[in-house]
Amino acid sequence: MRKYLILLKAELRNLYFSPATYIAAFLFVILMGLLFQYAVNTFVQSTQEVPPWVLFFQASFWVPVCFMVPLLTMRSLAEEKKLGTLESILSTPVSPGQLVGAKFTAAYLFYILLWAFTLGFNALLYQMAPSENLWESGPIIGGILFTLFSGLFFVSLGVLTSALTRSQLVAGIFSFTFLFLIIFGTWFLARLPMTGVDLEGNLLTVIEYVNIFQHAEDFGQGVIDSRPLVLYASGALLFLSLSILAVESKFWRA
Amino acid sequence: MISPTEPSDNTSEPVIEIRNLVKKYAGTTAVNEVSFAVNCGEIVGFLGPNGAGKSTTMRILTGFIPATSGTATVCGHSVSGEADKIRPKLGYMPENNPLPEDLRVGEYLRLRGKLKGLRGKNLRDQIDLVLEKCDLTRSRRRIIGTLSKGFRQRVGIAEAIIADPEIIIMDEPTIGLDPHQIAMIRDLITSLKRRMTILISSHILPEIEMTCDRVIIINAGRIVASDTPRNLRREFVPGARYEAEWSGDEDLLLGHLQNLDPEFKISRAEEELASEETDFRTIHLHSKEDKEFGEDLIQALTKEPSFRLRSLHRKDPTLEEVFMAATKRSWEVVMPEAPVTPETQNGD
Repeated sequence: MRKYLILLKAELRNLYFSPATYIAAFLFVILMGLLFQYAVNTFVQSTQEVPPWVLFFQASFWVPVCFMVPLLTMRSLAEEKKLGTLESILSTPVSPGQLVGAKFTAAYLFYILLWAFTLGFNALLYQMAPSENLWESGPIIGGILFTLFSGLFFVSLGVLTSALTRSQLVAGIFSFTFLFLIIFGTWFLARLPMTGVDLEGNLLTVIEYVNIFQHAEDFGQGVIDSRPLVLYASGALLFLSLSILAVESKFWRA
Repeated sequence: MISPTEPSDNTSEPVIEIRNLVKKYAGTTAVNEVSFAVNCGEIVGFLGPNGAGKSTTMRILTGFIPATSGTATVCGHSVSGEADKIRPKLGYMPENNPLPEDLRVGEYLRLRGKLKGLRGKNLRDQIDLVLEKCDLTRSRRRIIGTLSKGFRQRVGIAEAIIADPEIIIMDEPTIGLDPHQIAMIRDLITSLKRRMTILISSHILPEIEMTCDRVIIINAGRIVASDTPRNLRREFVPGARYEAEWSGDEDLLLGHLQNLDPEFKISRAEEELASEETDFRTIHLHSKEDKEFGEDLIQALTKEPSFRLRSLHRKDPTLEEVFMAATKRSWEVVMPEAPVTPETQNGD
């Protein structure tokens, strides 16, 4: 545990002192700000059932997932492998689990911090238009819960792709592709016209269970369901365990 | 703490022991049936041409990669099963000395010291000590990415010794250093002698010779020689060799020399003396017999009135020559096996 904290502190310190962190955060806030502004515009132009935050969250939750998570996680282990520092760090009394855990936690915390900035959009909107219609606590709590749990899942997937290769670029492409497939693939499967195919059964349940867009919509409206949270937490555990195995495994090191 | 303590008395038990180690990478055999042992407090030099299997052996010892077959133990613990018991006792500097680019020297050592279990005052003292030992005190605030090769190399060495390990394994620590820095590393290694067991691979042979108790020469994955530098000389480059600056009739001299040893030979040095005004020249005198000829040679070289001798000294073979002879011999041993390619094996 102590070694994990030491490593985590070093990772966070790296993030804190690296200019790339600030550039990434700045550009992220601009991008999300534009999307939020678009949501507010839509809300103003035509009558909507839900406040702008919900519009914004449901329509754009995948943007930071698909673009920020690969960028945040691709270097974590791939860079250590490429530079050869993985070899020297594993010759110290540090276990692969501690190393992967620290890398994951640092990336996860930064990811959550980025999302935390977007809460500021609500605060700004509330200051300018203090109307109860615009501000509901349910969707915000749901959004936060969704972000916290799905973040575990997405970031751990990013860490896993980074553990599988020496090249940051390959890791980035892999994690983008997997995240995109998971988010849009499940959405696509859920919307496929299933007429003529007998899917009345387990398969449909499975597709509904993993439909991330549906989760985002539910949570974004303040409907909190524990099943997706279990899916995300267990998925994250699986990906992290696989990452540890990949770091331990001598095959991926050579 | 790095302080002068008495060597531990369990010298009978080898600290590093490798038996019949084999490592195969996708069809090629990097390490082939290597066996050796390193005793406590010994400094062992690991020599071999590029691709001989030095780094592979070292990586197996640190538990970073597994062996295909054979056993390797460090302090009695198997490297494959009990790596977590070995790591706290080990200081390792990998090949090419990988370092994080964006940390300061002091910060890096602090992080590594913490990971190796140092804390508080002990940690601060050890950092100051290794910075001092590696002549990095003034560079402690510099960012590693901006350091030159020699500095980086010393940061790697400082990291390896920071937690005062029992065993230090360094893969080419002196590569890219200037003579001053090499001398510094040599002093450093000598100061660790007897307290730490050191396995060091290098291309810079005089360094190995000056610091190491024993040299292991490895070629094409096999150990071709393992002994003290002195014994290796005797084995691989036998005989006595002298160099003289001398003028006179060589045929006449040869007659005198062959009275001493019928197999004495004279050869001209390749570079001629710069001073053109005299007919002094540098000659090499070889005997196959390994004994002290100095006095007899002085007599022989001045026996005739026409002989003039300006200097004479014994020329011991350098470790380079031993290395060349040992690796060449091993090629000759290995070569007959070489035609056995997978195709011919498949034909069986």
